[in-house]
Amino acid sequence: MKNMPLASINNANTAIILIAKISTVTSAIVLLASCAAPSTGVSSATDLLAVLKSSFSERGPAKLDRLDQNEVQKICTQSEATGKPVDEAVRKKIETALYANIPYPTDSKYIGNWQAGEKIAQDGTGLQFSDAIGKPSGANCYACHQIAPKEISYGNLGPSLYKYGVNRGVRDPNSKDAEAIVKYTWARLWNTHSVNLCSSMPRFGDAKILTDAQLKDVMALLLDPQSPVNK
Amino acid sequence: MSFEKRFLDLKPLAVVSLIMATAVCNVANAQQKSAKDAIDDYRASLQDGNPADLNAARGEALWKTKRGPKNASLEACDLGLGAGKVKGAVGSLPRYFADTNKVMDAEGRLVHCMVTLQGFKPEEFNAKNFTSGAGKKATLIEDLVAYIYDESRGVAINVPQDHPMEKAAFARGKDTFYFKGGTHDFSCASCHNQDGKRIRLQELPNLTGPSKASQDAFAQWPAYRVSQGGLRTMQWRVQDCLRGQRMPELNYLSQTSVDLITFMGVNANGGKMAAPALKR
Repeated sequence: MKNMPLASINNANTAIILIAKISTVTSAIVLLASCAAPSTGVSSATDLLAVLKSSFSERGPAKLDRLDQNEVQKICTQSEATGKPVDEAVRKKIETALYANIPYPTDSKYIGNWQAGEKIAQDGTGLQFSDAIGKPSGANCYACHQIAPKEISYGNLGPSLYKYGVNRGVRDPNSKDAEAIVKYTWARLWNTHSVNLCSSMPRFGDAKILTDAQLKDVMALLLDPQSPVNK
Repeated sequence: MSFEKRFLDLKPLAVVSLIMATAVCNVANAQQKSAKDAIDDYRASLQDGNPADLNAARGEALWKTKRGPKNASLEACDLGLGAGKVKGAVGSLPRYFADTNKVMDAEGRLVHCMVTLQGFKPEEFNAKNFTSGAGKKATLIEDLVAYIYDESRGVAINVPQDHPMEKAAFARGKDTFYFKGGTHDFSCASCHNQDGKRIRLQELPNLTGPSKASQDAFAQWPAYRVSQGGLRTMQWRVQDCLRGQRMPELNYLSQTSVDLITFMGVNANGGKMAAPALKR
């Protein structure tokens, strides 16, 4: 446990638990890093967390542990609040470790049903305190991305994904030629932080927002030549 | 023959055809414009006659009516400018109040007055009951809030940073604004840290610091929310953002609410209050 490489950690929450079990010296460093997390230096991390925990109530699927930040959340909070990019070496190390631990489908099938993917991309519900516990989540892709051309109500926080497959030369997503792009796209959806540490996109697989079957449907929306995205 | 008469004389099928033809033309015209222009037209068409005026009128009557276990009106309420002074008060809220030794926003102070002057119990005001359901009758809080904000229309926003607790609320508010958490790793900043961004077609104000966008966002809440069919308060606005962030439910009048409202208010200083506004 003591020498467990970061590369073996694929879930940021698991990472916290593991880090907590590492030697006391390392824990002290981690603790110091946590204290440095807030931006202004006026409110300490522990004070802020106490105020937050007393200000929220658990409801539906949203428990108070949503306020317990994992290490990536802490690092990216600090970076955005201070406007200082994450140290290049630290960023690369964590991204590489996360990327190396993306679980790919054991059946090697990546492409589901694009029509089902479109429904998931449209659906902005799930995991809010107002949602039923266990309700399947949508991915709300259109909130931030242009995707299929028929939907004109799309946001611009993320890049356009129209022609996603075509623009990357994907003619048959099940072919050997397409394997690299297909696996990269899966990793992007599963844990976006493995590619861009402080990306605003949710970790759809890693945070258990979507099931693998749902992820395959979204993959189809992006990569299937029959999807309106690639027409 | 008047247009109305001629219109009524048309055979039903012809009327339907005319309406359909008009609708088709409207759709075609709408598609020629950008989607944003169409939305802007829709919003402009809403500005004529704000239903929040009705909330404010009811709120004024409620303010002056003797109610509660102590059978008192709210006319002696001190919103920061002294007892009974409503006009212009909310432009300088949240602020520190010595009598409670707390930084309080408009809603917190209103509830404080309902408790101290009228004898209501603090626990009667919570996340479950301060907001009316979609299209349902407004709550007392919503009507009273509409009134006190309406009385500050046009007033300069001047949220103070003098008392140490006001500075602490701003600092925590800023930290909270950037706090990433939950299943989706979202913070307020995830959506509100750049200019020119949208969720779907909804424009997102950049709320990171002092700006026109920060002024407008603060100035226009509370607002009549057309999609909700009712007036919604600033406390509601903040908790609904955090709901979308997948955070737990924000407690009504909680410290975090006051912190975030203080952060937004200070960044809006120099703007002019324009609430209750009319929103999508």
